[in-house]
Amino acid sequence: MDTVCSINNLARCLVEGGFSPDLANLLTLLGGVVLVATIPLVTVIFLIWIERKVAARVQDRIGPNRVGPVGLLQTVADALKMLTKEDITPTGADKFIYNLAPVIAFATVILMWAVVPFTPLHIGADVGIGVLYFMAVASIGTVKIMVAGWSSNNKYALLGAFRTIAQLLSYEVPLVLSLLIPVMLAGTMSLQGITEAQGGMWYLFIAPVAAFLFYVANLAETGRAPFDLLEAESEIIAGYNIEYSGFKWGMFMASEFLHAFTAALFFAIIFMGGWWGPFVQEVPLLGALYLVGKTAIVYVFGLVLRATVPRVRIDQLMALNWKFLVPLAIANVLVIAFLIQVLKALGLMPVPGSDIIAHLPMTVVMLLGNLAIIAVAMQVLRNQGREEKMAQEARTAARQQRVVKEVRTPAGAPVGD
Amino acid sequence: MALVNEWAYIGLFFAVAWIFPLLPIIGARFLAPAKPNVIKQSTYECGVETVGDTWVQFKVQYYIYGLIFLVFDVEIIFLFPWALAYNQLDFFGFAAGLLFIFFLFDALVYAWRKDALEWL
Repeated sequence: MDTVCSINNLARCLVEGGFSPDLANLLTLLGGVVLVATIPLVTVIFLIWIERKVAARVQDRIGPNRVGPVGLLQTVADALKMLTKEDITPTGADKFIYNLAPVIAFATVILMWAVVPFTPLHIGADVGIGVLYFMAVASIGTVKIMVAGWSSNNKYALLGAFRTIAQLLSYEVPLVLSLLIPVMLAGTMSLQGITEAQGGMWYLFIAPVAAFLFYVANLAETGRAPFDLLEAESEIIAGYNIEYSGFKWGMFMASEFLHAFTAALFFAIIFMGGWWGPFVQEVPLLGALYLVGKTAIVYVFGLVLRATVPRVRIDQLMALNWKFLVPLAIANVLVIAFLIQVLKALGLMPVPGSDIIAHLPMTVVMLLGNLAIIAVAMQVLRNQGREEKMAQEARTAARQQRVVKEVRTPAGAPVGD
Repeated sequence: MALVNEWAYIGLFFAVAWIFPLLPIIGARFLAPAKPNVIKQSTYECGVETVGDTWVQFKVQYYIYGLIFLVFDVEIIFLFPWALAYNQLDFFGFAAGLLFIFFLFDALVYAWRKDALEWL
């Protein structure tokens, strides 16, 4: 048979070329793995450039513009420089774990790409529990920071590690709770299945509250501003990675940028329809383009947020999570679950694979439900804000009164003079 | 077979994902200079000499957050099968889920009322 060998029929080609079927299978798998794992490595080079350019624009600067066209090769130059920098291991550090941490950091982020559906046909591994896999791999990120901070034998690094426990563990709760909604709507945990289920309508419009929760929790999980407490430069210098130098430090930085992008990628897959777009059924490869476009929108939004929003305090961070996001996420799950039952009773649930018109009644009902949740949440926040403001004013008034009294009768002044 | 292939893929991915970041680190070992000295390898704390042991005890607050997280994480894992099959469940399925989530919320309220959520 005289077929053209491509990535789609590589295994058969190899068998025809004289390989045993098992070996051909293994080689195909390995080829797919290396291909998919290379994508994040190439991406990260440009991510850092985009990040610096966007931050520069927000701050009215030009950003990198010397190395290569419009500074595109700046990151390559930086990487080469980092390769030739001395790698310092502090004397007190636990050497094995200290060296392991940057590898864990980068490996976990790459691992997330194994289940990304790039197009209707191309996906690394369409495992049945894609959502769970994403959560599991993403939460190894907690371990890397903990390990790096603890093994460095530095108090600032340790503080960074402490904050990791508080922040990353806490924000995983709303993250996971918000992921229940797409699973509920799609009836599957496979990421390809969730993407396919969004053919009629993106989940961003059906469940905006869940999308908001997922986005905010991911901002915190990836340690991006305004939740970048675990490496707050002005407070604990650099946090967990302070003792690292050379390429190991570079690994942490690269993994952080890549993690933020990967989070945006998963947001695009789970809530913005992944590869869905015009003509994607006819030309599957277009799907990858749509996916990248949607991811870019989410990612650049995060970059602008990072460049404009100040860092929160740790007590505010924890209060926001446990007293606002978690109750909101629980209420959201209940309301969506209730609405699905009501829609089913009314016969308004669209059949899988139907078009946008069939999805409209359901979307409208869901949107109204979500708006109700938002209205209640805003009202609660407003009341809370008012209470806090009044308490603050009462404290200020009391202090002023005390000051006035002290001025009128200075302490220790002779009485009856 | 397809299912085995998917997990074989993940397994291979695991190996490759560990090798990729290792390569430049090993490469840097050959390219980078290595001239360690005592001052260079001392702990970096802004020029101030380190006082006491670094590996200190945790503040109890972090531990409490860890415990609350554990409660939620375990319960959410039980919620995923429920969410997965939700399209096939009737109103009783919703009621059962409601009850389960109520217990979840109950734990949060308890922690809240006990001031475990306050950052002290």
